[in-house]
Amino acid sequence: MSLMNKAQGTDGVVIQNKLKRREPLTDTAFLLTITISLFIAIYLLSMIFLGDKGFSKVQMFFNLFNENAALIVIACGLSIVMITGSIDISVGGSTALICTACIVCLNNYGFNFFTTLSLALAIGLAFGAFQGFLVAYLEMQPFIVTLAGMFLGRGLVALIEVNQVQVSNPGFEKLSGARIQIPFLGDVNKKGIFLQSKLEYGVIVAILIVCLMYWLLKKTKLGRSFYAVGGNSQSALMLGINVKRTRFSAHLLCGLLAGIGGFLYLFHTRSGSVQQATGLEMDAIAASIIGGTLLTGGVGNIFGTLFGVLTSGIVLLVVTAIGSQDPWWPQITRAGMLCFFIVLQSVICSRKRKKY
Amino acid sequence: MSRNSNKLDIDRSASVLNALIRHKLFIPITFLTCLLLINVFIKPSFLIISMGKDSTGNPVLIGNLINILNNATELVILAIGMTLVTSSSRGQDISVSATVAIVGGVIMRVLCGSETQPSVLHAPVILALLLGCLAGMACGVFNGILVSKFNIQPMVATLILFTAGRSIGSMAMGGLKPKAVASFGYYGNFIPGFPIPTPILITIAVVAVTILVLKKTNLGLYTRAVGINDKSSSLNGLNPAMIKLLTFVILGLCVGIAGFVQSSRVQTVNPYTIVPGIEMDVILAVALGGNSLGGGKFNMAGSIIGAYTIQTLTSMLTTLNVNTNAVPVFKAVIIIVLVAIQTPTVKSFFNNKVKFSKLTAGDGKERG
Repeated sequence: MSLMNKAQGTDGVVIQNKLKRREPLTDTAFLLTITISLFIAIYLLSMIFLGDKGFSKVQMFFNLFNENAALIVIACGLSIVMITGSIDISVGGSTALICTACIVCLNNYGFNFFTTLSLALAIGLAFGAFQGFLVAYLEMQPFIVTLAGMFLGRGLVALIEVNQVQVSNPGFEKLSGARIQIPFLGDVNKKGIFLQSKLEYGVIVAILIVCLMYWLLKKTKLGRSFYAVGGNSQSALMLGINVKRTRFSAHLLCGLLAGIGGFLYLFHTRSGSVQQATGLEMDAIAASIIGGTLLTGGVGNIFGTLFGVLTSGIVLLVVTAIGSQDPWWPQITRAGMLCFFIVLQSVICSRKRKKY
Repeated sequence: MSRNSNKLDIDRSASVLNALIRHKLFIPITFLTCLLLINVFIKPSFLIISMGKDSTGNPVLIGNLINILNNATELVILAIGMTLVTSSSRGQDISVSATVAIVGGVIMRVLCGSETQPSVLHAPVILALLLGCLAGMACGVFNGILVSKFNIQPMVATLILFTAGRSIGSMAMGGLKPKAVASFGYYGNFIPGFPIPTPILITIAVVAVTILVLKKTNLGLYTRAVGINDKSSSLNGLNPAMIKLLTFVILGLCVGIAGFVQSSRVQTVNPYTIVPGIEMDVILAVALGGNSLGGGKFNMAGSIIGAYTIQTLTSMLTTLNVNTNAVPVFKAVIIIVLVAIQTPTVKSFFNNKVKFSKLTAGDGKERG
């Protein structure tokens, strides 16, 4: 008896050891490690080789956040939708719609900051709810639905205002021009004067949302059911999860985040046009994929998405700084990076499938 | 007796009506007819085709119908390829407009070299067409390998070229915006002395070749088999990956021809604005043709009629002075309605209604 127990015990230990050893190589952790190390490597290399083009400045690091605050929020929404096994490519269209609609209301109808914010959230939520209903309850293909949503958003922009519009509301301009001065961090300029680094308020919102979404995905019932539905909707159904409602909530949440992101975009750019935010959905999807969210659903991490946005941001900066005058390289680099990560994911997935 | 025969008549006409409604081509043809009727209602002279003269004095056909047939060329050609891709891979290629930009860039580069306003063509047009088709097929191979070998959903796989395509097109032209000489324009406009626009002839040729290929080869059968169930088709000795790749290559060839016609229309190409949003129109044409966007069976005639329907809709909206950028709103609404009708939930909802009416009819029969 005692011998058998012992044997079982050792077996258990062996199995545990094996699990422990294999753990760092699971898909999420593996992809996340690749992304974070890629980001750090590119940043360090650019600091060394392109230091004279501003990469060694502290402000550069903060600018990376300033430029990408809206994208971070929108990419969070897309990660959630992708974890649930769906997709949303309408965010670029809804962002353009939010910008133009808000600017028209600000300029012509005397909207203030809070009514504009609620208008942006309402547009985002309307897109999310409509698409979520079609995807979850009518079981339409999410890609087709949101492709239609994308064209709907851009088309509605043209119905509201054909020309490019700028914010001409002094209160709003003052608010969006405000910056946070960061103590003790900054750069010395050519004249030897110390300039404090500046951060936009939008970045604070974006970071808060990343933390909030991390908590939502890890700790709440809704967040866990997103993973369950994305991993296998049949078994999620058998676990007693309301699959349709979960899908609907994911799209609704993505719409809400697209609303916030659209508002941050407006806050940053202060202009709106039909062609605005073209390819924003692509950037957001690419950031999620680079951050380790699987397109097949069920796997993903919000911090990975954050690093995905930062990685693609730094790559674009490097490509621009290397100084090729040709306007096509940023887009091609972006697509190449997306291609690399999509193929990497597919290889990892197929290896996993073979294992079981 | 008379009551009985009356009932039989009603039954028969009901069954004929039912068969008509259930016919594959019912939705596209009805939709097209409705649109044409609305057009005639808006502008009574809509259907008139007349002989006119173009700026150089050559006889040409003029009329709204001719314009629609002419402008629908790219849409029809792309819809043929997209139908096959949809059927075999259960997804759509959203990179067609971007690959048209690549093809346009390649053709312009071949024809104009690195001059912006060359006085002669640098290469024979046939060579440009061939290289354009090759470029399109290369894009098709890229998408096809991602879809068939790496098992990536088609729409995500084609997202890569959707992002990069227009930039690649611009790169192929070296950042220039060359304009080819007028003789290159024959293929997108008129051949001097011949009244029918050349794109219509190209459409007829492509459609004829498609019909021949579908009749004489097993392409259609294999595509359907792979789309319905790729595991069982592989058990039957087909190679699903190969057939999916083949359909993407065929779409690439279609993109090549469409890009050729498009770049010949104005003899110049702006890769960032060429055929904006045509992927939406093409997917819409396929859906309108009664094809399921979830793959499997397909209906080529439906897709072609669908493409003409979309073009009619577009030109109708243009005559109504709707801004070009706002046109997608209407198409988006139509595509959502069309796909919603195809979904199982809505279908079962309507089937229940139909069953209900059938039940009462059956009761009447039994009593009689």
